Amino acid sequence: MRLAPTLTIALLIGPVLAGLAGTIAPALGFFPALGGTSVSPAPFLDLFATPGIWASTRLSLTTGLLATAISLAITALVLAGWSGTRSFGAIQAVLSPLLSVPHAAAAFGLAFLIAPSGWISRLASPWLTGWERPPDLLIVNDPWGLAMIAGLVVKEVPFLLLMSIAALPQTRPGRSYTVTASLGYTRLRGWFLITLPQLYARIRLPVYAVLAYSMSVVDVALILGPTTPPSLAVRVVQWMNDPDLSMRFQAAAAAVWQLVLVIGSLFLWRLCENLLARWSVVLASSGRRGRSNGFGRAVGLTFAILVAGSVLLGLGGLVAWSFAGFWGFPDVLPDTLTARHWARHGSNMLPVLWQTVLIAVIATALAVVLVLACLQTEVTNNLRRGRTALWLLYLPLLMPQVAFLPGFQTYALLLGIDLGTGAVTLTHLVFVLPYVMLSLEDTFRAVEPRHMVVAASLGASPSAQFWRIRLPILLAPVLTAAAVGFAVSIGQYLPTLLIGAGRVQTLTTEAVALASGGDRRVIGVYALAQTGLVMLAFASALALPRLVWANRRALREAA
Amino acid sequence: MKKFAAAMALVGLAGAASAEPDPKDWDSVLAAAKGQTVYWNAWGGSTATNDFIAWAGDQIEAQYGVKLEHVKLSDTADAVSRVVAEKAAGKDSGGAVDLIWINGANFAAMKENELLFGPFAEDLPNFALIDTEQNTSVTSDFTVATEGLESPWAMAQVVFYYDTARLAEPPKSMKALLDWAAANPGRFTFPQPPDFLGTTFLKQALFDLAEDTSVLAEPVSDDSYDAVADPLWAWLDQLTPHMWRSGKAYPQTGPQQLQMMGDGEIDLAISFSPGEASTAIANGQLPDTVRTFVLDGGTIGNASFVAIPYNASAKEGAMVLANFLLSPKAQANAQDPNVLGYGTVLTMDRLSNEERAMFDALELGIATLTPAELGASLPEPHPSWMTRIEADWTNRYGVSQ
Repeated sequence: MRLAPTLTIALLIGPVLAGLAGTIAPALGFFPALGGTSVSPAPFLDLFATPGIWASTRLSLTTGLLATAISLAITALVLAGWSGTRSFGAIQAVLSPLLSVPHAAAAFGLAFLIAPSGWISRLASPWLTGWERPPDLLIVNDPWGLAMIAGLVVKEVPFLLLMSIAALPQTRPGRSYTVTASLGYTRLRGWFLITLPQLYARIRLPVYAVLAYSMSVVDVALILGPTTPPSLAVRVVQWMNDPDLSMRFQAAAAAVWQLVLVIGSLFLWRLCENLLARWSVVLASSGRRGRSNGFGRAVGLTFAILVAGSVLLGLGGLVAWSFAGFWGFPDVLPDTLTARHWARHGSNMLPVLWQTVLIAVIATALAVVLVLACLQTEVTNNLRRGRTALWLLYLPLLMPQVAFLPGFQTYALLLGIDLGTGAVTLTHLVFVLPYVMLSLEDTFRAVEPRHMVVAASLGASPSAQFWRIRLPILLAPVLTAAAVGFAVSIGQYLPTLLIGAGRVQTLTTEAVALASGGDRRVIGVYALAQTGLVMLAFASALALPRLVWANRRALREAA
Repeated sequence: MKKFAAAMALVGLAGAASAEPDPKDWDSVLAAAKGQTVYWNAWGGSTATNDFIAWAGDQIEAQYGVKLEHVKLSDTADAVSRVVAEKAAGKDSGGAVDLIWINGANFAAMKENELLFGPFAEDLPNFALIDTEQNTSVTSDFTVATEGLESPWAMAQVVFYYDTARLAEPPKSMKALLDWAAANPGRFTFPQPPDFLGTTFLKQALFDLAEDTSVLAEPVSDDSYDAVADPLWAWLDQLTPHMWRSGKAYPQTGPQQLQMMGDGEIDLAISFSPGEASTAIANGQLPDTVRTFVLDGGTIGNASFVAIPYNASAKEGAMVLANFLLSPKAQANAQDPNVLGYGTVLTMDRLSNEERAMFDALELGIATLTPAELGASLPEPHPSWMTRIEADWTNRYGVSQ
């Protein structure tokens, strides 16, 4: 039990560090299998001499930083304006399921909504716009990356919202509200001054993860992002896939550059945090109470509706495509409807589905056990040191996947642990575990300590306290964390491909391979299957506590 | 201890696999192949291709006892990467990839880095059904000699598809294409190089625009390059502003153009598969008013191959599969537009009457040209042209912001 934190960290850090080494070496020109036997700065010189490299760099920075800032702002506005109200339940109910939609599916859906030949344009054509043909407008793939930012925001708002909702009770927003309101502050002003700083400290890691992810995302960038040139992560993948194998050196250098950018941006973000914190102190000392709530609340609600609406309508578009025969512009619905695509792919999907679920369930179960063991060790031994070291667990979330996975593959091959479902499951664990930790950490520590004191005084051992008090109390949050972990496992593409050598096929590897054919019907079928699977996991996480604790109302809700 | 055990296992594997199969002794290849599982790494983006590969798997399992697993890739480079990573880790046997669908630059790179098993292709029994003097593209892949390191299985040729409902008379030369695009702005594009189809479009334009195309068969040199490439850039400078999104964005893959055609965003698109449009119509992806055409000066053609990595686990099984793909039965099935619509690599007069009858019985798809209409294909330029043109295009147009 005491070894749990050490074991967990070793399990996660090993692959990341080995992978990093395996990427830095070729970035410095060392990769004997391709004839690179000496260290040289050539790959970096080549990289920075590549045309458009600065445009790609700028895109990575702007799309990543803006997507994160906007997502955070929307989340904060929604929470500030609506948390604790009756309507908030409805907002939460609409936004939470969006977490189950894979990024690529949401991006495809959004692209079909906003493209000049997309659904919105079809609805208005030709009766309103006069368009018999789709207009030649650069909306998707715009050079500023706005469509890409939108695609990221609609997926990151639900994630940050879920993380915030889990952490919010510890900041006791109700009491703060009572105090600020009695002092005459508006709801919004009070929330931003008192609750946000406390909440932000608790969701800082998820925010950093969103920033790192948004800067290095590949699939969303390919679907919605600019193409002349694309963002840095896309170019890393292109160079990695170049038939000219000597491009691998430049690809590795670009991956390291991507990592440097992410680290630099995290520092920049941190700096802005400090500036904002200072500004908020000034604002608080000014004593101004804020004028009105209406506008801020309306903006928050509008964005929440926009986010939910675009993902749900996008999904609707995919549903329509998955049943479509020929479907031309400006028809709002397909000419003919057919179940053919489902019949054709459904039978191929079953064995893959089974394998996908098996890997996800085992990886998630291992992650939950390890996380609980770590946290329980920390609580029983009152380890402060452990807590700092646990920061290391989040490394896989903050590192761009392209920067360490190719190196990790070589490392796995050297150890001879590649191939097979087992190796893939362990690799998924590297990514699942941080998310499970992220979802569970705060709630675990927040369990009312007086329960334990009572149990101890009645003679319960630490292990009895865990099994009979803490775990039952935590049933709902543990299941939610497991559902998040399950979703993360389902979504893994590169790790599955690289470690499984393509021999381990999951719903996502199939979906990505088929999506390369660009047929929206097939994309629709697979995206819906993925979404359905994850939604099932989230639904079970909600339903089980209600069944088990049918007679214990306070234990039914997550967090 | 664990590492030691793993090392021992590797030594054991190396020992077992050290006897390299001899393709000339076909009976022993068949015997060794029985019971093997072949992991065929092939692009998985087309339902039609995936179904064909599944069919081939059923066939070889019944006939030779070889199991086939299709590893669906989004990019052939993934398989190349895998072999490179295995070589980097010293895994010289028991590799994860048994057979790769490959051609052109990927083949050239694997050959150059000695990542391939063979020669084996010309020892396959069914290879005798190809007259290599008549069909030179099966022994030379983008001008690089195959030397038996890869076995051909399908022929491809550049065609353009267009919707007759929107475009009555398609432009049949690059100059005509420019005039048409100027009159109809925003209705033509090509996949963004380095996508191979986009690069193919540029090469096709080279053939049509250059004065002297004979240098394309040689490796590119600074002297020959400008004379051939300058007309291309001059032409593209004029064309690009009239293209879809004014050339500020491009589709990323060939198949993405199918969707854009279906959406009515573009009127004309390039394809490397003469049967693709017919298959897409049957699939509901394109309206049935779509037809195909080739340029007056002819279009580029090449062959698709399969190759076996040097460290493959099931080399015998892979050879059995490569041989099956060359069989008249497999070739006729692949040529059926309702299945794949790929051209055959076989030479008709080397087949028996019954075998030929299978090909004669095929009906071409609604939008597919007859072999006579397709005409003789132009050879691929030397790969060094492709690399240079691609890099220059990216500098000029691919990072234009």
